[in-house]
Amino acid sequence: MFHWLEKRPFFFSVGVFLVIAFAGLIEILPNFAEASRPVVGLKPYTVLELAGKEVYKKDACIACHSQLIRPFKAETDRYGQYSLSGEYAYDRPFLWGSKRTGPDLHRIGNYRTTDWHENHMWEPTDVVPGSIMPAYKHQFTNLADLETAYAEAVTVKNVFATPYGDEFQATKAAWDAHKPKVLAEAAKIAADMKNKDVKEAVAAGNVPEVVALIAYMNRLK
Amino acid sequence: MQSNAALEYDYSVAKLFTYATILFGFLGMLIGTLIAAQMAFPELNYLLGEYGTFSRLRPVHTNTVVFGFTISGVFATFYYVGQRVLKVSMAESKFLMFIGKLHFWVYFVGALAATISLLLGYSQSKEYAQYEWPIDIAIVVIWVLWGLSVFGLIGIRREKALYISMWYYIATFLGIAMLYIFNNMSVPTYFASGGLGNIMHSVSMYSGTNDALVQWWYGHNAVAFGFTVPIVAMIYYFLPKESGQAVYSYKLSLLSFWGLMFIYLWAGSHHLLWSTVPDWMQTMGSVFSVVLILPSWGSAINMLLTMKGEWNQLTENPLIKFMVLASTFYMLSTLEGPIQAIKSVNAIAHFTDWIPGHVHDGVLGWVVFMIMAALFHMAPRMFKREIYSKKLLEAQFWLQTTAVVLYFTSMWIAGITQGMMWRAVDEYGNLMYSFIDTVTVLHPYYAIRALSGVLYLTGFLMFAYNMIKTMTSARELTEEPQFRSPMA
Repeated sequence: MFHWLEKRPFFFSVGVFLVIAFAGLIEILPNFAEASRPVVGLKPYTVLELAGKEVYKKDACIACHSQLIRPFKAETDRYGQYSLSGEYAYDRPFLWGSKRTGPDLHRIGNYRTTDWHENHMWEPTDVVPGSIMPAYKHQFTNLADLETAYAEAVTVKNVFATPYGDEFQATKAAWDAHKPKVLAEAAKIAADMKNKDVKEAVAAGNVPEVVALIAYMNRLK
Repeated sequence: MQSNAALEYDYSVAKLFTYATILFGFLGMLIGTLIAAQMAFPELNYLLGEYGTFSRLRPVHTNTVVFGFTISGVFATFYYVGQRVLKVSMAESKFLMFIGKLHFWVYFVGALAATISLLLGYSQSKEYAQYEWPIDIAIVVIWVLWGLSVFGLIGIRREKALYISMWYYIATFLGIAMLYIFNNMSVPTYFASGGLGNIMHSVSMYSGTNDALVQWWYGHNAVAFGFTVPIVAMIYYFLPKESGQAVYSYKLSLLSFWGLMFIYLWAGSHHLLWSTVPDWMQTMGSVFSVVLILPSWGSAINMLLTMKGEWNQLTENPLIKFMVLASTFYMLSTLEGPIQAIKSVNAIAHFTDWIPGHVHDGVLGWVVFMIMAALFHMAPRMFKREIYSKKLLEAQFWLQTTAVVLYFTSMWIAGITQGMMWRAVDEYGNLMYSFIDTVTVLHPYYAIRALSGVLYLTGFLMFAYNMIKTMTSARELTEEPQFRSPMA
């Protein structure tokens, strides 16, 4: 049979494809619907939190931080309740990471504050002596892309039925109407910060990346 | 039209991809060495502003070595090996020549655009699948062009039976195509929201646990079909050619090929042990990872036994040395992987530096060694000159071997140290170490790893210099060497 296959590239390729394809079908499909269900009470990310998640992706925090607490006592003691599948239902993409050069962040909102993050992102070693994390000062001047975050919210609402309210519509007018809510949320965070430039920017309707990132961090509980 | 004259193979596309392999290899390893040094000396994060932090550069490193260096090497060797084992020249078909050259240039321009997009921070944040959707589409086009070359050459072949290397190249084409497309399925938000926001942005079709499963089904098997399958294709051609020995066992190659195809795809979920994916999937990943030793070692042992009775060549020919060490590292890495996939071991190893340690004994010892040996074997035949310097080759071999050993030993120690410290408790059951304690303790190992990077990069520069000299100024050959590559 193998000699026959080796002289017939078409059937050979079909054979290879079948052999490699069905493992994926068997492992991924059976649980697909169940794994998409959120835990009770899970709220979708706000637009500001989504913008913060974009900062998290842009600066690739995933390179050093996980968001997955494994069911061991050593991990639940250090980070809190182990992670549940339904908690990730609105995470597109999932951000579990594969390396802990720094600690897990899945429940960081439980034990770190806006103030702590501000100091830490500005100069990590000021807060954690010996830290090898670089400072992310550019997040204090770069502006978060709120419109793209809104576009993401509208997209997941329309395509994946993520429960965002009726005011989330695919129009510029709907975004303009929603924007003040985002700015109000940003202003609350900026009120707990001390960086003058950040405060001024937020007051002027521009949201620096660090504000959105902190909103996202505070949400992780 | 029957002619007895030897075929004149046309290597113009193989040469272009050879240059790309050297270029991307240098860039990828340079960035790799820099980010390794950043972990030991964090001040190095500030060389390039926001574009120079570890986190921004790490995906640039991984993508440049995977999709730049390795895939260029795969293409370069394919455009060389394909013609020879199919007994057909690229020059015989204007269409295939055109496709081949188009393939290279679309790939090269695409690779540059892709790298810039990562530096700017456009990222899906899925490991080894960071590129946003426009780059993904370009990659699909590049892959289709390669497919046209593969099946086009097969279509006009004279040798009817496909040699073992061709099985592996075909599998590479099919495997990566399937995995890449399914893992990168996403919805561009600009088009789904009536034109709001950034056009580059997209959102994954899968969420949470499902996304994790799809991603590691992809991530693990991108390793399979990028770092294993096409490299096995190379060794099945280049080791017998360079040594003048026939492949030891056809049956073993059959068993290893179909075994690898069947088993590899199941093992992806070993990246998700102790996570929120269902327990039976984790167990499947674990079990199949261990079974995977069989086909992996099958190929490696087949290659080592090919040298049976000819082990003296190991001392005489540095290229044989590279290839034998490559298959040995392949055996080490494919034993280490299954060990890490055992659930109790994984509980310690996961999230630690043992994982990059494992990846790098595989890639530095197996992938890069094999690709360099392949290009060294091809150079005298493509450029009709002998290899510029045997001494340099020997020195490079020992320098890089030392570097690999330093890399994986330091990361083994670092990983296990960190894994043990995270779980250590005092006599009252309280955690003994704060997280930062488990970071600062690793400094010496990170420094050793950075040193290993410098050594390996130096070795790669010696390779590049030797290759460039071979192309331009080594002694010319009057006829093509049959087996052993001539070197000065």
